[in-house]
Amino acid sequence: MKTFTLGGVHPPENKFSQNAPIRELPLPETVTIPISQHLGVPATPVVKKGDTVKTGQLIAKGEGFISANIHSSVSGTVQKVDEVIDTSGYRKKAIIIKVEGDEWEDDIDQSTDLIKDCALTPEEIIKRVNEKGIVGLGGATFPSYVKLMIPKGKKAEYLIINGVECEPYLTADHRLMMEKAEEILVGISIQMKALNVSKAIIGIENNKPDAIEHLRKLLPGYPGISVEPLKVKYPQGGEKQLIKALINREVPSGKLPIEVGCVVHNVGTSYAVYQAVQKNRPLLNRVVTVTGKSLKSPSNFMVRIGTPISQLIEEAGGLPEDTGKVVNGGPMMGKALSNLEAPVTKGTSGVLIFSSQETSRKTMLSCIRCGRCASICPMGLEPYLLAVLSDKKRDEDCEAERIMDCMECGSCLYICPSGRPLLDHIRIGKGAVGKLIRSRSH
Amino acid sequence: MSLLTVSGSPHVYTEDSVSKIMYGVVLSLIPAALVSFYFFGLAAILVTLTAIVSCLFFEFIIQKYLLKGPVTIFDGSAVITGLLLAFIVPASLPLWMVVIGSLVSIGMAKMTFGGLGKNIFNPALVGRVFLMISFPVEMNMYPKPIPMSTQLTDIISGPTPLAIVKEGVAQGENVSDLLPQVPEYVNLLMGNMGGSVGEISALAILLGGIYMLFRKIITWEIPVAYLGSVVIFAGILWQVNPEIYVDPLFHLVTGGLMLGAIYMATDMVTSPMGRWGMIVYGIGCGFLTIIIRIFGAYPEGVAFAILIMNAFVPLINRGFKPKRFGEEVKNG
Repeated sequence: MKTFTLGGVHPPENKFSQNAPIRELPLPETVTIPISQHLGVPATPVVKKGDTVKTGQLIAKGEGFISANIHSSVSGTVQKVDEVIDTSGYRKKAIIIKVEGDEWEDDIDQSTDLIKDCALTPEEIIKRVNEKGIVGLGGATFPSYVKLMIPKGKKAEYLIINGVECEPYLTADHRLMMEKAEEILVGISIQMKALNVSKAIIGIENNKPDAIEHLRKLLPGYPGISVEPLKVKYPQGGEKQLIKALINREVPSGKLPIEVGCVVHNVGTSYAVYQAVQKNRPLLNRVVTVTGKSLKSPSNFMVRIGTPISQLIEEAGGLPEDTGKVVNGGPMMGKALSNLEAPVTKGTSGVLIFSSQETSRKTMLSCIRCGRCASICPMGLEPYLLAVLSDKKRDEDCEAERIMDCMECGSCLYICPSGRPLLDHIRIGKGAVGKLIRSRSH
Repeated sequence: MSLLTVSGSPHVYTEDSVSKIMYGVVLSLIPAALVSFYFFGLAAILVTLTAIVSCLFFEFIIQKYLLKGPVTIFDGSAVITGLLLAFIVPASLPLWMVVIGSLVSIGMAKMTFGGLGKNIFNPALVGRVFLMISFPVEMNMYPKPIPMSTQLTDIISGPTPLAIVKEGVAQGENVSDLLPQVPEYVNLLMGNMGGSVGEISALAILLGGIYMLFRKIITWEIPVAYLGSVVIFAGILWQVNPEIYVDPLFHLVTGGLMLGAIYMATDMVTSPMGRWGMIVYGIGCGFLTIIIRIFGAYPEGVAFAILIMNAFVPLINRGFKPKRFGEEVKNG
């Protein structure tokens, strides 16, 4: 079975919610929609206090090339445009809407009928994906239309679809592949058309045999798409690792997948592309896994963007007594939340609840130079060395040791038997080196 | 609801820990310990216990009263140092010398550098070399194996197989005449020969090594490179003149090579971090071992070979970087 070659770890999978069907979460009383839910420039609000909005109406417009439109996920009245603490823990501008009924924009097709044929030209597809505010739903939230536009002089050969879901606990993509497989496949076909590629590979780790089988059964209707089972290994969902695993090409340091003829999209994004292109529907909601060992009923919800995270936890059985940490995303790369009223955004793939016992880090001991961090680093770096260099503020040495190649997958901190905060040091080092590089270009 | 913890990712951590690794090593040494207790009896048990207890004691004293810092004697590392030190001295060594060896191992080789993880040289080997230089007579009297012996005095001792061959060759005898004087290879493999407490049975040590490989405490690179290069270098010399140079298999199953290659050279703290560095280091150990065994003053070269290579570890780490992702672009 295929997998990437360099490094990797295998934390306990704990996919408690893998058999829980996606449930529609009831509409909240108010939604809080941040204007910066994507990588790039924040969108500019086009509504003001007191405006009534419909579900699917544009409420903030993307600014510049790398940005994304934001649409109202509910119908109601704009209460205010104010700063709120979002999932990042920082104060960010957001549009707060009081929910009144659920009245959709007229041009959105709300039916669940499958529409297979797409008459749009590649340019029209890209325009639609841009208009409807589609961003990468795997977590990085990079505007999807940008990835569909191939830079001059480059050529895409493969569309790689990420159905790996290598983060432990999370099952959102898994459930989506089980329940919306046809839509995903149509979405992939549309993206293939936009990119003008004839081959698409869906990579799925073999801890989801049902999803692999289900998609494979449907494949005959979709020429050019194949499904590849992958050996379970974290961080296979990293796009460089996924490309290596599937077609054995290595994206050079500091370069994008297109360098080796690939474009990588997530299965959730493919579903959103389907909705946007075939149903004229903006990115209004997404699947969010709510899970944890002591949670009553780990679930997968279809959630409107802007719903407070506390409501998701309530629906999954309420916050357990022994809660010590709530994470937005998976256990390896997710961010710990300081505020449970923070809203679900386009990048929220999971809400993970840890007991205080599970969440505490090990007591830090001396490095015993076991070398495990270096042997499991999927980028072939030496975390123990980077951590020391960063700590000593030797930024130039950090750069020479390729600290900027680090994608912060967390494997080094996970594996360290001495409980050393390797990634914390490396993050600081990356910040310093980033500053160094910027100062050079000025 | 109490306050939420906010910390950087990741939020899950491996179950493995320093003490689990250390006690894994201790566990893997049990077969070798049982073999030595069988062949050297009570004397071996006493030496082993003395070394472990005194290593723990000195680490405790130093951490508590000299450094006045946290006491971490139960992390298992001092137990390993004690066990390994006992394993590389003769079972007949007076116990007070064992205590001195432990003090040197823990005090000089480990704690002066800052304790676990900071030392440059393998503590047990430093202790052994100190004893070898300070007490050459006692350190060169190897008891003959007598199964289940409870004798503590008047132990019959004799030279080790390596010493028999080395001294014989030096006096102009042929290897083929000398080999009948040493135990057969099967006995060498099982441990039925004169030697240090725990290094006699190559088989028991291999067993422990396989367990450690399985537990991922060690990786294959250092033992394979070390043993492989010993076979190759010894093999070349043997091909040149089998009457002066003994065959490579003899080198493999005698002396401290097996213990050295599997337990001493693989010591995490004092060995390189990366795969290619480990291989280079292993080859260096093998080369030096053969050079010392054949051309040096001592019949055994494992301890010096590993200590010399320990000194090169920082340089090796610098020179042999892991393969970076995306460094060589392989397409297809």
